[in-house]
Amino acid sequence: MDSALFLNAVVAGLLLAGFYAAVAVGISISFGMLDVVNIAHPGFIILGSYVALMVHQWLGVDPIAISVVLSPLFFVLGMALYRVFYLAFERRGQESLRGLAFFFGILFITEVVLILIYGVDYQLVKTAYSETVWRLGEVGFPLRLLVPCVVSVVMVLGVQLFLNRTFFGRAVLAVSQDQLALRIMGVNPVKVKELAFALSIATAGVAGAFLIVIQPVQPSIGREFIGLAFAICVLGGLGSLYGTLVGAVILGVAESFTATYFGPSWAPAVSFGLLLLTLAFRPAGLFGR
Amino acid sequence: MSNRRFAITAFVVAIALIGASLAIENAYFFTAAYGVLVFVILATAWNILGGYTGYVNFGTPAFFAIGAYTTVFLYNAFQAPLIVDIVCGTAVAGLAGLAVGYLTLRLRGVFFAIATLALAVVMLTFVVNWEYVGGARGAYVITRGDAPFGFASWKHYLYVVIAVLATVAIVVARLLERSKIGRGLAAIRDDELAAECAGVPTLRLKLLSAATSCGLMGMAGTTYPYFYAYTEPLSIFSLSYAVNAIAMPMIGGMTSWVGPLIGALLLGTLQQLVQVTIASDLNLLITGLLLVLFVTLAPNGILGWFDAWKRRRKR
Amino acid sequence: MAGVLLQASGVTKHFGGFYALDKVDLEVREGERLGLIGPNGSGKTTLVNCITGTLRHDEGTVRFNGHDISRLATHGRIRLGLARSFQIPKPFASMSVVDNLRVPLLYAASAHAGAAKVSEARSREEAMVILREVGLEEKAEERSGGLTQVDMRKLELARAMASRPKLLISDEAMAGLSSSEVDDIITLLLKMKDRGVAVIMIEHIMRAVMRFSERVAVLDAGKKIADGSPQEVVANPDVQRAYLGE
Repeated sequence: MDSALFLNAVVAGLLLAGFYAAVAVGISISFGMLDVVNIAHPGFIILGSYVALMVHQWLGVDPIAISVVLSPLFFVLGMALYRVFYLAFERRGQESLRGLAFFFGILFITEVVLILIYGVDYQLVKTAYSETVWRLGEVGFPLRLLVPCVVSVVMVLGVQLFLNRTFFGRAVLAVSQDQLALRIMGVNPVKVKELAFALSIATAGVAGAFLIVIQPVQPSIGREFIGLAFAICVLGGLGSLYGTLVGAVILGVAESFTATYFGPSWAPAVSFGLLLLTLAFRPAGLFGR
Repeated sequence: MSNRRFAITAFVVAIALIGASLAIENAYFFTAAYGVLVFVILATAWNILGGYTGYVNFGTPAFFAIGAYTTVFLYNAFQAPLIVDIVCGTAVAGLAGLAVGYLTLRLRGVFFAIATLALAVVMLTFVVNWEYVGGARGAYVITRGDAPFGFASWKHYLYVVIAVLATVAIVVARLLERSKIGRGLAAIRDDELAAECAGVPTLRLKLLSAATSCGLMGMAGTTYPYFYAYTEPLSIFSLSYAVNAIAMPMIGGMTSWVGPLIGALLLGTLQQLVQVTIASDLNLLITGLLLVLFVTLAPNGILGWFDAWKRRRKR
Repeated sequence: MAGVLLQASGVTKHFGGFYALDKVDLEVREGERLGLIGPNGSGKTTLVNCITGTLRHDEGTVRFNGHDISRLATHGRIRLGLARSFQIPKPFASMSVVDNLRVPLLYAASAHAGAAKVSEARSREEAMVILREVGLEEKAEERSGGLTQVDMRKLELARAMASRPKLLISDEAMAGLSSSEVDDIITLLLKMKDRGVAVIMIEHIMRAVMRFSERVAVLDAGKKIADGSPQEVVANPDVQRAYLGE
């Protein structure tokens, strides 16, 4: 077996995994901890991609930097979205069917609006480092994969630290387990959920900027990431960010190998296959509660 | 009205409507009507698993595509007659629904929903990579010679076929709805655990519901390659089928077969009008907005409004 | 002496390191009225869940009517003649009160009725008979989602009765009800005796348990600590310690 090909496939997988973790961390929060099935999450990622594109075209600043600066916008958007979801569905106890349809509608609307504005052509952002590849022996580290990966891992670890060390973070962990106890402590669980959900959407916005640096983006590819994001979270175990990282690595490497040895057009099937396998044999995932 | 009498009435009405419509000369009518009738089938099919049983299927395009591509395959391999295409397409789609259901319906409803979303993507990948049915380039299915049974054109004929299929779908839905199985499905939808404890074999019924629903979705797709002549992934997997299959029952009302029919007729006609007068992409946006509005503000749909009005009148 | 209907032996259920049930033995004879009591968290509902199959027990066996039902799905156990009501009522909210009962009549009751199978057409009549018994026939056409608390409890029991069970498990049907409402429920459950239906009553309201039960079993922290006549159990020092502390 060609060792260079193998090593490069592994490295590409790992680099991609970093990005995938950023995609999945939002779902890990909204679905894993808050039990909100936000299938519109990828829609916000793509929205983040286009916002980064737009500002980059206007100001010429690095898209990842843009997205971090603009993340409060997505945060607020997330708050608004959760408010509507809560008032219309969660409060009435009808989250399952109707909540799903609601988020599907939102996903759909974001996609169609982006098509109306930008059309269906692929867009990519080229940064100063897009063409650069660091080499270590036979292995290449394309910077357009490496930079998003590093920033993404920092972001995910940051969220993890936040959840474990701050009062608010622990309130989020608590809200998934015992709402009554939170109320007794004087904390409003609805507010906690709202802010946590907002956080998940903020991560989506940032992940969008990573995406458009890594690969060309068009409005419809959001749907490809749904299977991926949920596969990672289910594989890693809902509610465990550490599990999300592990799941991302497994998925990233599996997809990379599939793309390298079978062709890139089979890659979307990998996440679905892994998702189905996990659901069929170990629905709690690797590190699930 | 008993199920048997309903079936007879439905077919009589269908034949009458079809007969009347054949007097229409305008070719555009048949294209538009065909489109709307396909949606009637998809909406009715979706509602069997969605409205009756409470499980959301986001992968309608996948099962619709199975129907269409089975036809393409059979055409390329055997030049099979239409009836064979319809039966096989329905069966394959039903089996696919059964398989996905078997893997995911034992878990929470959300996992089934997510699996169906991912399934649509996978089916697209599969089709795009399969050269025998045209892959990304698409496939042509040519209708040869005159239309059978003396119809003026193939489009006329296929319109009649789809109208008959739509009637079949509605009769099947009504049959399920007003039966012991329908009560079991409603119990599952309302409270699955309580249903199990009332003796309902929930997994078995869910699988039946999934197989029927997905089979009918496949049935809706079997005549597509003949009607449009050119079958390619981008149109088959279009957003339109994905969102309409859900929006139409939700807007029309999910508790009975009437809702999807109303939703499909209203929304389908609206879309045809918008497409011709405004622009086709705006079409989808309007549908998406309507879906979100109805789901948030009028969760019982148009049928729900009607029921509420009836109840208010009683007082 | 009536035959043994339910026999749970050595039933154990743990969640990680926490043992919700630890080698619990429980026996119920045909037509017997058993009270099952114990402090909160002692495992009563867990035991019911293991008996009905909602939870899979880790060790031990459950035999019902001569069959080992340990591997059977819930609906299978129900069809053998088991029935339960839920602590927090779970009505089929979109259906009317009478339609709620038609589901168990058509599915559970029909399974072990043999020649007396209930047809779709007759299920409504049969449902009305049961509603009359529990006092809900006035509300037959109302949507079950909008009932009062006590009516919902009655509906829960009515639904369990509609399965025509041999053993009915009533899980805290009286919690939060007024004194006269409690008496209504006790009367309902006592009527089961006339039908030869065995009843396991899980309750915290002691006067109901004492009045109703022929025998009482006590759970504490997942273990059975007492099993005997109501008078014996109440006098048992272990039981007193479990409820009142050291």
